[in-house]
Order: sequence, then structure tokens, then C-alpha cells
Amino acid sequence: MAFDFLAGPPEAVDTSPHISDEVKTTTCYMCACRCGIKVHLKDGQIRYIEGNRAHPVNKGVLCAKGSAGIMQHFSPARLSKPLKRVGPRGSGEFQEIEWPEAFAIATQWLSEIRARDPRRLAFFTGRDQSQALTGFWASQFGTPNFAAHGGFCSVNMAAGGIYTIGGSFWEFGEPDWEHARYLLMFGVAEDHDSNPIKTGLSKLKARGAKFVSVNPVRTGYSAVADEWLAIRPGTDGLLVLALVHELLKADRVDLDYLVRYTNAPWLVIAAPGAADDGLFARDGSGEPLCWDKATGRLASALVANVQPALAGEFQLADGRKAVPAFQLMAARYLDPAYAPDRVAEATGVAADAIRRIAAELAHVAFETPVVLDVAWVDWAGRRHDQMIGRPVSVHAMRGISAHSNGFHTCRALHLLQMLLGAIDVPGSFRYKPPFPRPIPPAPKPAGHAHQVEAGKPMAGPPLGFVTGPEDLLVEADGTPRRIDKAFSWEAPIAAHGLMHMVIANAHAGDPYPIDTLFMYMANMGWNSAMNVAGTLAMLTDRDPATGEYKIPHIIYSDAFFSETVPYADLVLPDTTYLERWDCISLLDRPISNADGPGDAIRQPVVAPDRDVRPFQDVLIELGHRLGLPAFSNADGTAKFPAGYADYLVGHERTPGVGSLAGWRGKDGTLYGKGAANPDQLQRYVANGCFWKHELAPEQRYFKHANRSYLDWAVGMGFIPDAKPIVLQLYSEVMQKFRLAADGHGPVQPPDDRRQHIRTYFDPLPFWYAPFEESRIDQARYPLHAITQRPMAMYHSWGSQNAWLRQIHGHNRLYVNAKLGAKLGLADDDWAEVTSHHGRIKVQVKLMEGVNADTVWTWNAVAKRSGAWNLDPEAAEARKGFLLNHLISELLPADAAGDRLLNADPVTGQAAWYDLRVRLEKVAPGDATSEPALPTLALVPGVAERPAMLRYGASFRRRREAGR
Amino acid sequence: MTALPAANSGKKLGLVIDLDTCVGCHACAVNCKQWNSGGHMAPLTDTAPYGADAAGVWFNRIHSFEAGEGAAGRTVHFPRSCLHCETPACVTVCPTGASYKRAEDGIVLVNEATCIGCKLCSWACPYGAREFDDDSGTMKKCTLCIDRIYNTNLAEVDRVPACVSTCPANARHFGDLGDPNSAVSRLVRERGGYDLMPELDYKPVNKYLPPRSRPALPPAKPLAPAAIDTASALLRWVDRALSR
Amino acid sequence: MHPAASVIIFTTLTGAGYGLLVWLGLFAAFGLLPAEFGFGLLALALALGLVSAGLLASTAHLGHPERAWRALSQWRTSWLSREGVMALAAYVPAGLFAIGWVFLGRNDGIWAMFGLVASVASAATVYCTGMIYASLKPVQRWCNAWVVPGYLLLALMTGALLLNILLHLFALQGGSAIGVAILAVAAGWAAKRGYWRFIDTTSAASTPASATGLGRIGAVRLLDAPHTEENYLLKEMGFQLARKHAAKLRRIAELAGFAMPFALSLGVLWANSLGAGGAGLALAVLAALSAALGVAVERWLFFGEAKHTVMLYYGAGRA
Ligand SMILES: Nc1nc2c(c(=O)[nH]1)N[C@H]1C(S)=C(S)[C@@H](COP(=O)(O)OP(=O)(O)OC[C@H]3O[C@@H](n4cnc5c(=O)[nH]c(N)nc54)[C@H](O)[C@@H]3O)O[C@H]1N2
Ligand SMILES: Nc1nc2c(c(=O)[nH]1)N[C@H]1C(S)=C(S)[C@@H](COP(=O)(O)OP(=O)(O)OC[C@H]3O[C@@H](n4cnc5c(=O)[nH]c(N)nc54)[C@H](O)[C@@H]3O)O[C@H]1N2
Ligand code: SF4
Ligand code: SF4
Ligand code: SF4
Ligand code: SF4
Ligand code: SF4
Ligand SMILES: [Mo]
Repeated sequence: MAFDFLAGPPEAVDTSPHISDEVKTTTCYMCACRCGIKVHLKDGQIRYIEGNRAHPVNKGVLCAKGSAGIMQHFSPARLSKPLKRVGPRGSGEFQEIEWPEAFAIATQWLSEIRARDPRRLAFFTGRDQSQALTGFWASQFGTPNFAAHGGFCSVNMAAGGIYTIGGSFWEFGEPDWEHARYLLMFGVAEDHDSNPIKTGLSKLKARGAKFVSVNPVRTGYSAVADEWLAIRPGTDGLLVLALVHELLKADRVDLDYLVRYTNAPWLVIAAPGAADDGLFARDGSGEPLCWDKATGRLASALVANVQPALAGEFQLADGRKAVPAFQLMAARYLDPAYAPDRVAEATGVAADAIRRIAAELAHVAFETPVVLDVAWVDWAGRRHDQMIGRPVSVHAMRGISAHSNGFHTCRALHLLQMLLGAIDVPGSFRYKPPFPRPIPPAPKPAGHAHQVEAGKPMAGPPLGFVTGPEDLLVEADGTPRRIDKAFSWEAPIAAHGLMHMVIANAHAGDPYPIDTLFMYMANMGWNSAMNVAGTLAMLTDRDPATGEYKIPHIIYSDAFFSETVPYADLVLPDTTYLERWDCISLLDRPISNADGPGDAIRQPVVAPDRDVRPFQDVLIELGHRLGLPAFSNADGTAKFPAGYADYLVGHERTPGVGSLAGWRGKDGTLYGKGAANPDQLQRYVANGCFWKHELAPEQRYFKHANRSYLDWAVGMGFIPDAKPIVLQLYSEVMQKFRLAADGHGPVQPPDDRRQHIRTYFDPLPFWYAPFEESRIDQARYPLHAITQRPMAMYHSWGSQNAWLRQIHGHNRLYVNAKLGAKLGLADDDWAEVTSHHGRIKVQVKLMEGVNADTVWTWNAVAKRSGAWNLDPEAAEARKGFLLNHLISELLPADAAGDRLLNADPVTGQAAWYDLRVRLEKVAPGDATSEPALPTLALVPGVAERPAMLRYGASFRRRREAGR
Repeated sequence: MTALPAANSGKKLGLVIDLDTCVGCHACAVNCKQWNSGGHMAPLTDTAPYGADAAGVWFNRIHSFEAGEGAAGRTVHFPRSCLHCETPACVTVCPTGASYKRAEDGIVLVNEATCIGCKLCSWACPYGAREFDDDSGTMKKCTLCIDRIYNTNLAEVDRVPACVSTCPANARHFGDLGDPNSAVSRLVRERGGYDLMPELDYKPVNKYLPPRSRPALPPAKPLAPAAIDTASALLRWVDRALSR
Repeated sequence: MHPAASVIIFTTLTGAGYGLLVWLGLFAAFGLLPAEFGFGLLALALALGLVSAGLLASTAHLGHPERAWRALSQWRTSWLSREGVMALAAYVPAGLFAIGWVFLGRNDGIWAMFGLVASVASAATVYCTGMIYASLKPVQRWCNAWVVPGYLLLALMTGALLLNILLHLFALQGGSAIGVAILAVAAGWAAKRGYWRFIDTTSAASTPASATGLGRIGAVRLLDAPHTEENYLLKEMGFQLARKHAAKLRRIAELAGFAMPFALSLGVLWANSLGAGGAGLALAVLAALSAALGVAVERWLFFGEAKHTVMLYYGAGRA
């Protein structure tokens, strides 16, 4: 009718627009999950990043962070030039310098150290995946003072697993998503297997399997769980051992599995007071013994077809007594102290629920086995027609590890799995190659006095696995040899080092002063610090005598203007993940899944538009300038002139083994081991930037005892020989430390540590109250305070992302609704949270789904005002808050004045989630969170932040113009 | 044309969202933002992106709710985007004809070239699915990825909305809800898919699948109830013949 | 709903203008008004001026005012479009009416017919305005039977009060006008009270339970909104007016919008009876000004108290 013409013609929708001129594959680095991505480039710009369907990790999906990669790449917080500090530390007064000058400064500082005492360099790295390079560089430099972030992250899970089952949770193992009928998940919000877990859970649920989440908080995964157990933080060990109690009491354990695959039948010497009490009885060749019921004699526990006793007391050749490890274990957990009724109150989980879950586990494991018609041959050459599995999977992460009892709790979890016969069988937890490995695996940490020499590489890697007190890196008097005191009596099995102690110890000159702190990709001035203000004070503290900083030099590589940048003396600006070569190596944290190993690379997708360089290139160049042998040719020229890309292809760790396992050999026909292949990177690029090997069906389960798998793993260089890996429910390594505490052996703890070591080096897992709560007045600090990873944010670095920061612009403290009512709190009220160490002011949100005695918040959303090139008034700074201000690296002194590390006594893992607090309502005041540290000044070289973001408008303009 | 198409194809393209597996990860929301930032309705402007009150145009937003209390209580993550309603007032109220519902597949779109930015459609949408772009002065919204689902430059498998293809938990399904035999229609039938605010009679095409009731395991046999002492418990194992 | 100034100005001004037009047309048709040049010029200029100013103000609300003309196209479905069409259409009879009155000195016969048509068109335009709101299902406080009568009565009321001033200004006989004004104020008052009672005692069928479909589990509460800072939806639909302020504003609206005009109009009647024209004029002006203030406050409240279903997704317990 009349006016219709005013509407104009109907819209002509272009339903098939041209999307990209070019698609480049690479690996996502919006977090450490390592998904494969396809980057669409249009008009020379990044148009779209999508998941690579062919990629084994994410199979085409992409998480929120990965989908926001464009905004990371264009962040206005990107650094653009090397910086030299000209004002005081923290002032943000820097001078932009050229790379040659940056290299000259670093080379000067480091070469002096190396010539004098390499230990005066502490090289600590954070979130990277280049530990194969950085660790190697450190040992080339000659310093044992190297670690990555694992010590404050989840070394409890790594060590707990590696010392027990030769593999671990974290991202090194996974539930059998295809076959599990029951999944018991402890303390996981996100994990590093971010996308695979989500995909796996949906598969599991689609099959109607039962998913139980044990977690004080009901969000994320716990929200979709079929059953949620609102456990009180730090008590999982008790809960798990109560399940163990129930299973043992009812004799619902997989004795066959225990006998075949674990050290349950190994005989433990019972000779109280003797130097070998509690160790395994061994034969002349050192093989552990069992009691063979078939012959009625002692026999090697490692041979096939013996009929070992699991209970009873047996006489050794020397007349002493020994009992099977199983009996020690069973006797301990049958104790009524572990009965559900006894643990219900402490754990906050009802006794009935514990009993029911135990019954369900037994039912699923023993009445509904998964049977795969896949024949396989075990380590002893026996053929089995089928693979029969107990379809109970367990997964756990930082809810367990970030407690001072995490190591033992992790061991308790593995014990539960062993009793159910549910490790690497169909339906259970599965190892991802290169795991399983011998228990413990081979490399020991280097750094003994004889291994550290001025001007020389160190004979061995800085990190490794100790097998007993003799392997500790301590002086004769017990003084730690490493700056972070890893592998000392304070943290004997600190397999990942103690990054959280570096700054405190370097500042205190304890055990000795250092000269240069060299850090990479770790926001130690903010969210990865305990005691943030204290850490900043240590970084800026000067020696009153000399006026020099107590930590004389700080070199830092970051890609962005993080809170830590202003505290460095020399800033080495890195590229973004789309601008460099990277390697996700089997030597580090690969992309394997349980069906086979894999590794991946990143390739530069776009060229940097700033004067920045990939840190790995910088490190290699620095190595050459310092004359580190592995980075220079005999004639003094650089060994890897093209930097990391050269190194990835050319460097061999051991003959035939390099950073990348795919397409090895001159012509690229080999994998795993083989000569370097100059075309290797091209082959990776052509394959989507990853390499994946699929194990044959008969190799996919029972990897710890599967002949075909073990032989293959030897060929890959994963394990030294094809011996079966016997799971260690009883840990002899632990007992060795206990014996040292009891006065045996050449290396013994200082007297004031003996009782401590004796207690915590129990060869069987046990539960004890987390340290903090045993050192504070629980009535004054009645609540637990924990954090969770938000799925759409990666630590501190998501907040510079224009899209992600809209999702988590600030955080609130979540409080149980009933508790809130008791405290007179309503949504958005302000409250003060006080710990033994500090106080913060926060905004609260009440919720139902949280343990009654627990408060929690999203991790690392808060930003320091001014940092990340955000408006100083940004919500992250105004209303965001960190719990880190409340957490101290040391616990309150006990009666004797001893200040324990706020860490696990075995591994040194930082105990973030032991935090205890009190909560009080306060007036809103100016409605901002506290403490508000002074605004950071902008560092030079960051871009102007736009007032309006119209990303993508140009694509449309050009598209429409072209039509 | 804001009159709803009188003769339509019967095709009702839409999404089915599974609240039972959605973990609230925001992947779909961000991937949607990313795809559409350069897509049919580009850009999805962000104001004060690094400022104190950042706000932006999003076609998909993820809420979290708690429902019920005690043992029956649940946390449910809840994605919200345009439901491509069958009788959407957002279209009929539009004074200019900029808002329209496609006859061929039921997708509700906005023609930005004729939109006057009166915002009335956003008032008329009960679900908050319309997003005003202050910068362009026009209304924007979920396009059901119209520039993907038919896109012949994409491989067949990729011709689904960005939010669907990226969802790690497989909680989003796309298809023709007008076809009773489509996979999505079957899913809706089997899982009791439902409409949001049916009382308003907008007849949403998108459906939500409710959180499933917890699977009841077969009554597992109770574990040995008898209280036995450690010594006698251990005795059970003494005679067990097991072979390594 | 966010009370946007442009929309409040628009509905207040056009309401008064169309109301005045309605009365001018009716009064002329009934031969109650002489075709006096000065009066005609001022009255019609005022009416059309208010309408035009209001319409202009409304375009300030648009993202693309330069495309406003497109809004005429969808009269078949859109009340906003119909309002636009009617508003434009009303100019035609109103213009002819004005030509007759101002230039030809006639407001009878065919010219009166134009006036009547203008009256009807004006009322229809206001009706369309009311229907824009009354047809929005997501806003229960708009989508109800009280809204259209409210718009119409308030337009008639403010129009009558204006007419009353004009009549006094030109010392024309105003008995019927003031009577009409008093009746309109009373009716408007009643309509508004009815509206308020309605919104205070009813609530939307939609609830957090129906919005999410999660009512089957139990009471539904928002745990986290999608984004931590405010977005368009929250700014536009999330306006929250504290109960305390609403009550106060209602009292102001009632006092300024109805009680005062009512009392002042009675005063006008009284002054008229005393033959005190000056006082009558003054009181009439006060009555109209007070009503204008009252209606603006009422309009603000109309938005401020309105709740949109989308807020059910953002923690609102009811819509
Ligand atoms: N309260 C509390 N605190 C915690 C935790 C907790 O759960 N609760 N978790 C702890 C754990 S497990 C961890 S792992 C730590 C993590 O804490 P951090 O290791 O500090 O991790 P990020 O915050 O991600 O900081 C890494 C730094 O790397 C920089 N960066 C990002 N991309 C690049 C790049 O490409 N190149 C370079 N050179 N730099 C880059 C970032 O800008 C940032 O400054 O936090 C710990 N802190
Ligand atoms: N999106 C995203 N992904 C990430 C990261 C990120 O920052 N963002 N960070 C990466 C890093 S460095 C790490 S280390 C991993 C960590 O991944 P997660 O292990 O998932 O780490 P957290 O978020 O610390 O989650 C710990 C969970 O344990 C629960 N919890 C706390 N205390 C206890 C307890 O005593 N018992 C039980 N049962 N549960 C408890 C918390 O409520 C929380 O749900 O995530 C990685 N992935
Ligand atoms: S989980 Fe997300 S951020 Fe992490 S690598 Fe995968 S897509 Fe990238
Ligand atoms: S991507 Fe999937 S799981 Fe994540 S929020 Fe969206 S629908 Fe839920
Ligand atoms: S959800 Fe809203 S915008 Fe989408 S079609 Fe329905 S009414 Fe319209
Ligand atoms: S904002 Fe645009 S699309 Fe929405 S009703 Fe107005 S003109 Fe139509
Ligand atoms: S269908 Fe497309 S536009 Fe709509 S929510 Fe999904 S990704 Fe966004
Ligand atoms: Mo971590």
C-alpha cells in the first residue's frame, strides 16, 4: 500500500560472504590447554580464529578465551620496545632502548655471575611451555636456581602421582571419557585440559554415566554433576580414606589388580629401630620380595606367576619379620578412625553419602566391568583375550593440590584407584604418553656442590626426582643449596621448585644472596605472589649500607604491561602468541592424549608491528653471547642463528631425541627418535602444526604392564627399559626420609626438623589438618577462603582483553546464604575479610551452592590500578580484589618460634587454599575494594587505549563495497 | 517488512540449548562476538573497552542461576540469545520495516540500512535479545549466523552457527525445528524441550532442554554392614590365592 | 524502563497539543467558539506548535533521525508507525481548519467539519501513542487496559486547561471550557489512580521461573549476570526506582497533576462567577502549568515504574 515504498527495498543478505584470503593453523595460547586453531586472515588482518577440527586436543571447539585471541593480539597493554629502568623500582620510569643495548646489559650482568658463581642467577619462569628450553639453558648456564611455576601450581598432583603410579592427574592423564561409568572429580574448576574435560563430561553425561563432583563450590563442572558433595576444604584425604575404609571392610577391592600391578604384596621389613625398618625386603640383586604361596617361600615380587600373599607375617632369610605392604595398608584404613561416621563432621559430607558412594563405586567397578574385545599381551608375555576394566574414573586438581596436605591426599586418591583396579584400564583414569614412567623416573636434580662450577654448565637438569635423602641438594649442615630451598629438608620432593619462595629468599639472602633474578612470564608482583605488598616491598628494598637493592638486578620478559613490569630493571618485550614459533614438546607438557603421544608448535601467523622479539630467540641469542656451549659452535659462531626455529629442529637432547617427535630422520619418515630433519617445521605446518601418533588398540590400556606399549615406549625414549611399572601404594622413598629422621643414613635432617620429617614422610597416605588451621585460632578465623579459575579468564592476562573483561570486570566474594544471613550480609554489601596475615575489603554475593564454612572468589580478576593500560578507575581496580593479600608465604610462628612454609611439607607446593579468614560487614565507604595499592604509571611504548572499539567494521565496509 | 510472512516455508531454523550439560564457559558468547564482529552485522561495537564502564554489543550472553534449595538445589548456566520467535512482536512493532522475519527459514533479522534506531523492538522483545549499537545508531541482534549456515565458502560441517560449532560441552544444537524428524526436533521431544515465557505467546523457535534428573544407580548392594575388627578382616585375605 | 527525557517531553507536549486540538475542533463544531482571528491564530499555533515540538523532540531519541520518514511505512502492524502516520495525517484537517479560521475567518460549515476531523485525528494519534505502550507484552505495567484511557484523558485534560487559558486571554465566554477542564482533570485523576492501583495489585504472568523454565526445580535466583558491568539492556530496561521515591513522585504527580489543577480550576470558576477575569486568567495559567509539571512527573513515573521481563534474567523477582 501507499507508504510501503518508504521502507526501501528488502535487505539483500549475502549468505555466502568470502571469509578469508588465507587460513593459517597454529596452537592457541590464550591458556595452557594447547588447542589447535585456524586463524583466518582477511585483507591482511585477523578475521576469525576457530578451533581446528583435526586437532587431537580440542577437535574443533574453542573456549571463550581462545575465541578472544584477536583482542589479546591487539591489546593496548602490549609492550613495544626493550626498557631500561631509569627511576626507582616501581616508578614506571623507563627508557626505551634498542635490542643491542638490552643484550649488552644482560650479557654483562650474567657473564660476571657465571664467571664468579652461577648460583647467583635465579632464573624462574611462569606460564610458558618452553621449559625444555629454559631448563636446559639454566643448566648450560650452570645454575641450579631454575624452576617454572609448578611449585606453586600443582606439584602435589605431579609428585603425588609420579611417586605413586608413575603418572599423574593434571594434564598428564585423563578419565576414559569413552567408557567410564562413574566419574569422581575432586577440586576441579577448569584445569589445563579445559576443552577436553568439557567435551568429555558431555560425552559421559550423554551415556548416562554418573558424575560426582567433590567441591566446596557448585559452579561450572559441579553444576552439571549428578551429585555434588560440598566438602569442607582440605578434608578430601579423610573422605577418600573413608571410602577406602568402606571398601576394605566389605572386601570389595580388586585383589587381582593389586597383586599384578601394585606393590601390595611386596614384603616390608618389620624391624623397629633398624636402618632398614619399613623398607622392602629385597633379594641379593635388589629385587623386592614377596611370599609365594605356591611354593611357601620367599620369591622375587617382580616375576610372573608367583602367588604372593597379601596378608600374614613372614620370616626373611635373616630371620627378621616382614609383612606385605597390603596388610600394613589394610590395617591402617580399617581403623574405625576412618569410618564414615567419624569423618562426616570434619568433611561436611554425610556418613550415609560416603557409604552410598563407596557402594556405588564397588558396584560400578565390580558388577559392571567394561570388556573390550581387544587381545593384548602383558609384560610377562601372557596373552589376554580381552581388556577388562573397572569403569570408575577419578580426576583431581588444585582443590587437592593447593593444600598443605595435598601430596598425601593425592596419594590417597591413587590408593583408592588401585583398590578399585581402576588405573589405565578401560573406563578408568588413563595415562597420557610419555607416562607412565618408572617410579620415580630417572633424572635427579643437579646442583650438588660438585656439580656447580664457575663458567661451566651444570652436569644435569636443575629439576628432577629425588629417591632418598642422599639426593637432596643440601650442605652438610642441612642448609639448602638452592635459592628456593627446593630439595632441602623444607621441601624434599620439590620436583617443580618453589617459585613462590624465590623473592622472599633472595631478599633475605637466605640461604645466600643472589645477583640477578631473571623471570619470564610470571606476574610475581601481583597474582602469583603470596603476600603481594610484602613481595613488592622485597623487590624495592635496599641494603641500608650500600643503598643498593637487596635483589640487585631484575630482568623480566613479559609481552604486556603487567603489574610486575615496573619492578624490573631490564624489560625484554615478548611477542604475542600469533607472532612466534613455540613448541609444545614431549619433553615438557605435550598434547598427548591417552590414545597416543602428540606434540605441537606455534608458527608466526602475523609479523610483529613492534620492536619485540620472541623470548626463546632472545634466550638463545643470550646463550650464545654468554658462550654457553650448547648455543655456540666451536668457532664461536651462533649455533642457532635463526633462533628458536633453528633450535627446535637442530637441538638434540640425547641422540635422536629433540624438541619435536614428529617427522624425524633426514627424510621425515621417523617419529620419536631419529636424526634431525631440516624440513621438520614445514611438515608440522603442513599437518596443522601438530603431530599425533595413535597407539594400536592393544597398546591403549594397561600401559604400565603392557608388553607392546612398554616396548614401543622404550623405542620412543620415554622409559629406559620395558620392565613393568609397579604402582607404589606403599612408598619406600617416603620411608627412607623417615628413617633419616630416625637417625639413619649419611644425610639426616637437622634435629629441629626430625619430628616434622618423621610425621609427614609416612609411606602410606594419611590425612592431617592443613597447616594454617592448626596454627591459628580457628574461632577467630572460622571460615575457609578459596579461589576458582573463571572459565573465561586466564589468570591476570585476560583483563587486557576487551571482550573477556566485560565478562569478569570485577569479582565478588561468594558467601553461603545462611552464613550471610547470620552476618547480616545482603548481595553487594561490603565486608572485611581478615586473615592472620592481612585484611581486605570486598563486595559480597550470597549463594546456596557453597559449603557452609567457605567463602570463595574468582581468581586473578582484580588488577592493580594503572596496570595493563586499563583506565586507573577500571572496575578491576576499583572493585576487584585478590585473596593473595591475605595469604602469607610463611605461617604464624608456633610456640617455639618456628615459621613453617605455607606449603606442603613433602613437595613445597604453595598452600593457597589453606587460607582461613573471618568475615564482617562494613560500611561501603567509597564503595571500592581495599587495599588499593598506588596507581602504576604507564610504562613507555604502550599504545593509546581507544575509547571505542569497532573491530571488524572494516571487513564489512570492504565486503559491501565489493558487492 | 514487519508484517510476519503470511506464507512461510514451514522451515524454522533455530537452536536447542541443553541446560543439562552447559557448564557456563561463555565460549559460545565470545565466539559469537568474534564471528559477528566481522560478519553480517559488523561491528559489534565496544564502548570504553579499556575503561571504567566497558560495555559492548553481544548477541549471546551467559547467565547463571540457582534454583531450589538443599539437596534439590542446582546451579544452572543459562545462555540467552535471540529465539527467532514465530510470532515476535519485535518485528511487528518496528515502524520502518527494518526488522523482519524471513519467510524462507524464519530467521529474524534487522536491516541496518533502514533502521532508525527507535529501540522499540528491544522493548518488544521479552528476552532481551536485541542489542542497540550506540555507535552505529542501529539495532543489532543474533543473525543465527546467516552468513555461516548457508555459506558455500565453508565446508559443509562448518555451516552451523559459530556458537554451536565452538561449544566444548556440546550443549548447543542447530537445525530445523519445523521438521518433526530433524535431530533437533527429536531431541526436544526426547528431553522435554521447552519454551521460555510461553505465556507471552511469542512462540520461540529456540528450545531449552531442562537439567536432567539425576540418574539413579541400580541400588548398589550395601557394603558389608557388619562391624568387624581389623584382625578378623585381615584374616579374610590370608588364604586368598592370587597370581601375579 | 529508563525514563528518556525526549520521550517524556514528546508525550507531554503532543498530549497537550492534541488535547487542545480535540477541544478546538469540538468547540468550533458546536459553535461554541467565535471565528476570531487572534484567538484562532494563537490557539492553533499553540496546538500545532506543541505537537510539532513534541514530534521533533521524539526524534532526538532515534539513532538515525534523518531516516525518521521511514517510520511511516509499517502502519499495518506497528503502532509507532501508525502514530507517525496519524500525526502527519492530523496536520491536514488541522491545517485546513486553521486556514478557514485564521485566513478566512470561518470555523463553521465545511471548516467545522475539518475541525471535527482534526479532533478525531488528534485523539487517534494519542490513542496510537497509548497503544505503543499498551501493546508491549513484556511490560505488564504498560500492557493493560488503563494505559490508553490514561493517555487520552491526560491529553484531554491538559488540552482543556490550555483552552481555558486562551479563552480567558481573549475574554471569551469560558463556562463550558472550564467545566470540561474540571471534568477532564477528575477523569484523568481517576484513570491514573486506577492505573496505579492496578500496577500495585497485579503483577506480570512472567516470573523468573517462566523466564528460565527452571521453576520446576525450585525458586529461581540469579547467581551471576553475564557481564559484571552494565550493558544496553540494563541501562534501557533495568531502570530501578526505589519504592520510597516512587511514592513521593506519585504524590507530586497527584498534587501537581490533578489536585492543584482541580482546585485551581474550581478557583477559575469562582473567579469567573465574580467576574474577576484577571484572577481567572491567572488561576487558569497556574492550573495549566501545574498540570504540565504533574503530567511530566507522571510520564517519568510511567517509565520509571515500568518493569520489563528481560530483568527477570538479571535478578528481578517479578516483572
Ligand atoms: N589466590 C590465588 N593465587 C594464585 C592461584 C590461586 O589459585 N589463587 N593460582 C596460582 C597458580 S596455580 C598459578 S599457575 C599462578 C599463575 O600466575 P602467573 O604465573 O603470574 O600467571 P599470569 O597471571 O598468567 O601471568 C603471567 C605473565 O605472563 C605474561 N605473558 C602473557 N603472555 C605472554 C607471552 O606471550 N610472553 C611473555 N613473555 N609473557 C607473557 C602476562 O602478561 C603475565 O604478566 O597463580 C598462582 N596464584
Ligand atoms: N580458564 C582458565 N583455565 C585455567 C587457568 C585460568 O586461569 N583460567 N589456569 C590454569 C592453571 S595455571 C591451573 S593450575 C589450572 C587449575 O585448574 P583447577 O584445578 O581447576 O584450579 P582451580 O580453579 O584452582 O580449582 C580448584 C577447584 O577446587 C575447589 N577446591 C578448593 N579447595 C578444595 C578442597 O579442599 N577440596 C576440593 N575437593 N575442592 C576444593 C575449588 O572450589 C575449585 O573449584 O587451571 C588452568 N586452566
Ligand atoms: S582451552 Fe581455550 S584458551 Fe586454552 S588453548 Fe584451548 S582454546 Fe585456547
Ligand atoms: S559454549 Fe556451551 S557450555 Fe559454554 S556457555 Fe555456551 S552453551 Fe554453555
Ligand atoms: S527473541 Fe526477541 S528478538 Fe528474537 S525473535 Fe523473539 S522477540 Fe524477536
Ligand atoms: S530500532 Fe530499528 S529495527 Fe528496531 S524497531 Fe526501531 S527501526 Fe525497527
Ligand atoms: S547463532 Fe550466531 S549470531 Fe546467534 S548467538 Fe549463535 S553465534 Fe551468535
Ligand atoms: Mo597453575
